[in-house]
Amino acid sequence: MKKLLLGDEAIAQGAIDAGLSGVYSYPGTPSTEITEYIQKHAPQIRSRWCTNEKTAMEAALGMSYAGKRALVCMKHVGMNVCADAFINSAITGVQGGLVVLAADDPSMHSSQNEQDSRFYAEFAMVPAFEPSNQQEAYEMVSEAFEWSERFRLPVLMRVVTRMAHSRAAVQTGAPRTQNALSPASGKNWVLLPGIARRQYASLIQKQEDIRAAVSGSTGIEWTGEGELGIVACGIGYNYVKEALQTSAAAVRGILKVNRYPVSVEAVKELSQKCSRILVVEDGQPVVERTLPAMTAIKVEGRLTGALPRTGELSPDCVALALGAAAPATLPPARHLAARPPQLCPGCGHRDVYKALGEVAAGYPDARIFGDIGCYTLGALPPFSALASCVDMGASITMAKGAADAGVFPAIAVIGDSTFTHSGMTGLLDAVNDHANITIVISDNLTTAMTGGQDSAGTSKFEAICLGLGVEPEHLHVVVPLPANMAEITRIIREEIEYKGVSVIIPRRECMQTLKRHSKK
Amino acid sequence: MKTDIILCGVGGQGILSIATVIGEAATKAGLQLKQAEVHGMSQRGGDVQSHLRLSTDTIWSDLIPSGGADLIISMEPMEALRYLPWLSPSGRIVTASAPLVNIPDYPDIDAIKGELEGLGCATLVDIDALAREAGAPRSSNMALLGAAASRLGIIDPQALLDAIKTVFSSKGEAIVESNIKAFELGCKHHV
Repeated sequence: MKKLLLGDEAIAQGAIDAGLSGVYSYPGTPSTEITEYIQKHAPQIRSRWCTNEKTAMEAALGMSYAGKRALVCMKHVGMNVCADAFINSAITGVQGGLVVLAADDPSMHSSQNEQDSRFYAEFAMVPAFEPSNQQEAYEMVSEAFEWSERFRLPVLMRVVTRMAHSRAAVQTGAPRTQNALSPASGKNWVLLPGIARRQYASLIQKQEDIRAAVSGSTGIEWTGEGELGIVACGIGYNYVKEALQTSAAAVRGILKVNRYPVSVEAVKELSQKCSRILVVEDGQPVVERTLPAMTAIKVEGRLTGALPRTGELSPDCVALALGAAAPATLPPARHLAARPPQLCPGCGHRDVYKALGEVAAGYPDARIFGDIGCYTLGALPPFSALASCVDMGASITMAKGAADAGVFPAIAVIGDSTFTHSGMTGLLDAVNDHANITIVISDNLTTAMTGGQDSAGTSKFEAICLGLGVEPEHLHVVVPLPANMAEITRIIREEIEYKGVSVIIPRRECMQTLKRHSKK
Repeated sequence: MKTDIILCGVGGQGILSIATVIGEAATKAGLQLKQAEVHGMSQRGGDVQSHLRLSTDTIWSDLIPSGGADLIISMEPMEALRYLPWLSPSGRIVTASAPLVNIPDYPDIDAIKGELEGLGCATLVDIDALAREAGAPRSSNMALLGAAASRLGIIDPQALLDAIKTVFSSKGEAIVESNIKAFELGCKHHV
């Protein structure tokens, strides 16, 4: 059956058809649609949103331990959050197939960096797959589960934004059944030093088999009589093929890379007939860095300036690197202004920032530490409120550190979902150390930025804060509406003046989910 | 044969519904299709665009190369201007004429319209008026698609009409009818 699917949806359908038993994820652009699709189309699969990527990775490992196939999905920075579990899952090995999907965001369309998840696969010494189109994405998920069960290792699947959010027709195949329950036995999963050393040696031993499997599924596409060889990774391959439709570049052959580690044999074979190699890879120069150890001929790419060092690849920059003339284009428009995203009209975060702005005006040294979510847009005009936005949960802990150093008032603004993701532990630190900070948990009852997924802590925030030791008289819930501005600013002022941890929870439903709910 | 289209507008204006209708029609017609969308932060009132590529042959890149788009379909006049570097020198623009002003430094709308008209390849359409005439203010995106229909080349307008029926069928007969009416009014509008 042929379906028009986003790259993310093709992966989801691929996982469903590969006999998946559970998907564990935290929402994050551009990965969110994978889990949403599974929730919508395969209710028999376990799929509730997790609190963060670490809990997701560990739950998936547990399902794998029990013998069933599990998928973990996240955006690239989520790999940092689950790295401990991910790296060690290569040491324990797996029982049921375990695929970890990381969606990278070169050009930072919706992210704070463009880190490349392929580094994590290399670091953990597990195979990585990187499909170049939607059909391949669909098919590779199934293959990734097979490799995972064959090598008894997690397999990392890496996509980039343009793959995740691009739609094309996908031919689906016959679905497989789920694995039966068969928990692992023995002690391999108990990573005491003595066992871990043995397991690590076994991981090293598997490397040769993985390399052989990659080499066996890699071939060179011989294209002409030139002396340029191309190593094209993931969707980089498409830009090369696009450019070669019109460019007369003297390309001898293309090594398409969609499985890692890169086949040394294939690189050597290509090198024998070429005098230089151009590496076309989206993200960071992962392959370009490793190639000089495999070949003596010249290697070009993002590190040498043949392609831009930063940002996602484009058909233009790849064509240029292949020697094509710049296309004829119209000049840029004269009457054009930037249109950055902004908080929705009527959004409760707007009232929060208005109140904070009013109060902070009376404290010239005030610093507001921000976090990750829609409310990060409070950094832009008209609010221009934030001093920082770094990683999930950092608002609370950075405010604490700054307060420790003497900043006053130190204020943290964090969303409800981000608070349960990574803010709770920081709040415990602050309480234990009697930090002089004021924390605003701006609760819109959903994970809004990614499209309104369930938020793990909904209806539990007061209990969580009290449980962590916030004093009841310094915990307030307000309704962020213009009519309540006097009350909200008074509370913020009083709590800034209190020398200790205060938590203010402005709570009002997200305008986007409200619209959706009122339609129903 | 191929048609490369940039669909653009402001987050929330419904450009993805236009893409869905074209995609449905293209799939029915047995064409190859790739459609790169913008999800995430920009959908909050920022500029959004979709690269929609249709072809009888294999399509490689998900993105349209600079100077390669045959058509820009825009829900907002300034947003149409944003993608000029992607437009082929022989390309066309079909855009809504009404500005969506949600930024403090929005340029003079007459200057924007003047620049569009000066290009000699742009059609400006009052899609809100057409949608009102169709009795469904929310169908303005289908009015815009109608105005662009004769420029799509690779798909004929009747196929788009059928696709509207399919895409909106789950929302009830009234919604289908008003979207078809808006589309037809748009078709009549084109110059």
